[in-house]
Amino acid sequence: MDYDPVCQIDRDPDDLVTINIGPTHPAMHGTLRVIAKTDGETIVSAEPEIGYLHRGVEKLGENFTYHQFIPLTDRMNYCSAIASNVAYEMAVEKLMGIKVPPKAQLVRTIMMELARIADHQVLVGILGVDLGALTPFFYLIIQREEIYDIFEWYNGARLTNTFGRIGGVNADLPDKFHEKWPTLRDTIRKANEETDALLTKNRIWLDRSVGVNAFSAEDALNWGFTGPCLRACGVKRDLRRDEPYMFYDQFDFKIPVGKHGDVFDRYMIRMEEMEESVKIIDQAYAMYQEMPEDAPLMAKVPKIIKPPEGECYHAIETPNGELGFWIRSDGSDKPYRIKIRPPCYMVYQAFGELVKGDMISDTIACLSSLNIIAGELDR
Amino acid sequence: MGFQAYQGEGWLLTKAEQLINWGRSRSPWPFPYGTACCGIELMAALASSYDMARFGAERVGFSPRQCDVLIEAGTITKKMVPVLKTIYAQMAEPKWVIAVGACACTGGVFRTYSTQQGIGSIIPVDVFVPGCPPRPEGILYALLKLLDKIQEDHPLYKKRQEVAEALEAGK
Amino acid sequence: MSLKERVQRCLGDDVIAITEYRGDLGIEVPKGNIVSVLTRLKEDETLGFDFLTDLFGVDNLDYYAKKKKKPKKKAAGEEELVEEEEDKGPPPPRFEVVYLLQALKTNERLQVKIRVPEDDMEVDTITTIWKAADWPEREAFDMFGFKFRGHHNLRRLLMWDEFEDHPLRKDYPLEGKGEERHLSYD
Ligand code: SF4
Repeated sequence: MDYDPVCQIDRDPDDLVTINIGPTHPAMHGTLRVIAKTDGETIVSAEPEIGYLHRGVEKLGENFTYHQFIPLTDRMNYCSAIASNVAYEMAVEKLMGIKVPPKAQLVRTIMMELARIADHQVLVGILGVDLGALTPFFYLIIQREEIYDIFEWYNGARLTNTFGRIGGVNADLPDKFHEKWPTLRDTIRKANEETDALLTKNRIWLDRSVGVNAFSAEDALNWGFTGPCLRACGVKRDLRRDEPYMFYDQFDFKIPVGKHGDVFDRYMIRMEEMEESVKIIDQAYAMYQEMPEDAPLMAKVPKIIKPPEGECYHAIETPNGELGFWIRSDGSDKPYRIKIRPPCYMVYQAFGELVKGDMISDTIACLSSLNIIAGELDR
Repeated sequence: MGFQAYQGEGWLLTKAEQLINWGRSRSPWPFPYGTACCGIELMAALASSYDMARFGAERVGFSPRQCDVLIEAGTITKKMVPVLKTIYAQMAEPKWVIAVGACACTGGVFRTYSTQQGIGSIIPVDVFVPGCPPRPEGILYALLKLLDKIQEDHPLYKKRQEVAEALEAGK
Repeated sequence: MSLKERVQRCLGDDVIAITEYRGDLGIEVPKGNIVSVLTRLKEDETLGFDFLTDLFGVDNLDYYAKKKKKPKKKAAGEEELVEEEEDKGPPPPRFEVVYLLQALKTNERLQVKIRVPEDDMEVDTITTIWKAADWPEREAFDMFGFKFRGHHNLRRLLMWDEFEDHPLRKDYPLEGKGEERHLSYD
């Protein structure tokens, strides 16, 4: 066989080519890396390698006090930091048995759903960019900037928000929010409609996404999928409905479910979830407005947080799926052990299975549609 | 600028170094190397609302071999250090580096066993941008600072010195 | 029937200890039986814990040391961990592996724990039951040094391959021991 000495490629005995995609690669996100064995353009086996963003968050958590850990949770899922903050705060509140006042819960709900919208917008935009559709990204990013404006009014940071405190939230919704929300709601819907018009019935888009990496529901459950990726496979599971926390059992919202678990389903689920989030915010905001002006925002929490000895696990539904914290306290002011259960960790370990038999170019579509956030993946 | 234009036949008179600097500073090709949260802000700086392309950084390259400015946004872990070194080595001269974010400058909040405490000790950095994450305006400002720096550079003089040193060492 | 009773009926003698804290039920089972215990929990009709949420290790080195110093300073009403204080025998094994299970039909959760002594770090793999245990087991190996018997690819996951220590152990310093990674391309 002709052998090109300039481009040396390891050849397997059965003539497979090993290709290394990442950790920095034009089409790869952040710090992910996949080592793929290909036969021509088809992937025979792929093995993701992670750890390029392992920053030792769990070990740091053992050396930080309970409040100091909140900023670290921002830096895990940096596309929707607020959801991670709330997940952690709720876990500590469960550990201490604190009941959060209703108004604070509503503020949390509103901000969390806004974060969910922002997260999904980034995902859809990036998915478009990776599949060659650059325009939706520009529409969505402008929209996302407006959501970031709200976060910024709230506490000055755009994406690492350090939202809330253990036992409640530190501030009420910003005044400007009340003027902004009615228009923002319409513009979010409009941006979604535009994206929808650009993508959903686009021939090229359909060719690239329908039927790509289809995954069955049993496999998905076996691999520990949660969140939109699981729902795309046809399993109706959402912690907001199944283990309701805060006021989610009183809200009226649909849980979109896909059928085939392919890239298109994952995309559609996200588009629909944005719509549902807008509805949830509307309902939460209506409830919020009925609350008295001076309703408390913080529960009674001791100055130094020292939960009694014990351990518990609490999980909520973040934009990516089930994000859980398992905390063991030894009675001191620092957690003895914090274990984070990141949603995309479980999803990404099935990546080799997902892309087997697909083309190389489809791996990129698959990767973007899974929404792998390296900070959360490696912690 | 050090240009002097004479009316009439269309002559331009300048120093060669200034011409080179002018050319270089008008189109820096950035290599957006976003590894963590700061990468998201870098993305915002490149996208519609902030639009880094206004300052000549229009062509975002995703291959280090075709880029001039390495914008390192995000944490570099010890596992990543060899990769970063390789990337820097792959970039063609002249090359500049912007370190975006507390993590890239000093390691930030992550003073742990697996995090590199600042990339300054691995590769030469031209502009440090503090903040966790810095705002997109901060990143744009860093780019402008870098362009200023490029304009005050002395490429030919430096080249001559380098050659002289190499000759000296070769003897 | 409450979850506790159902679990006890299903597992019988395999339950060494039961703890309940803030509504989270945790059981401790013998280390050797973990595969059979999890299979039974998964296949039992009244339980149906068919989803593995997570799996991780815990290092209890400091925990026991702290306890010995101030044994009686504890708020009343926390019934968990009482068993451990009572027996004054040799110190309990250093490590723990915790499995978090979830029943999708009934939305119940259960923690299953095994204790692993420092001189015998071998644990049976459960990738045969759930594929989801693949990476968590590798991570537990990476961070604590458990050897999962039967795991098909037990390599380091987060740290690089040449790394020698196990960083989440309590005797490993937070800022590390100055390890650095070098790659040679030759
Ligand atoms: S400086 Fe802050 S925002 Fe930037 S990568 Fe580090 S932790 Fe993330």
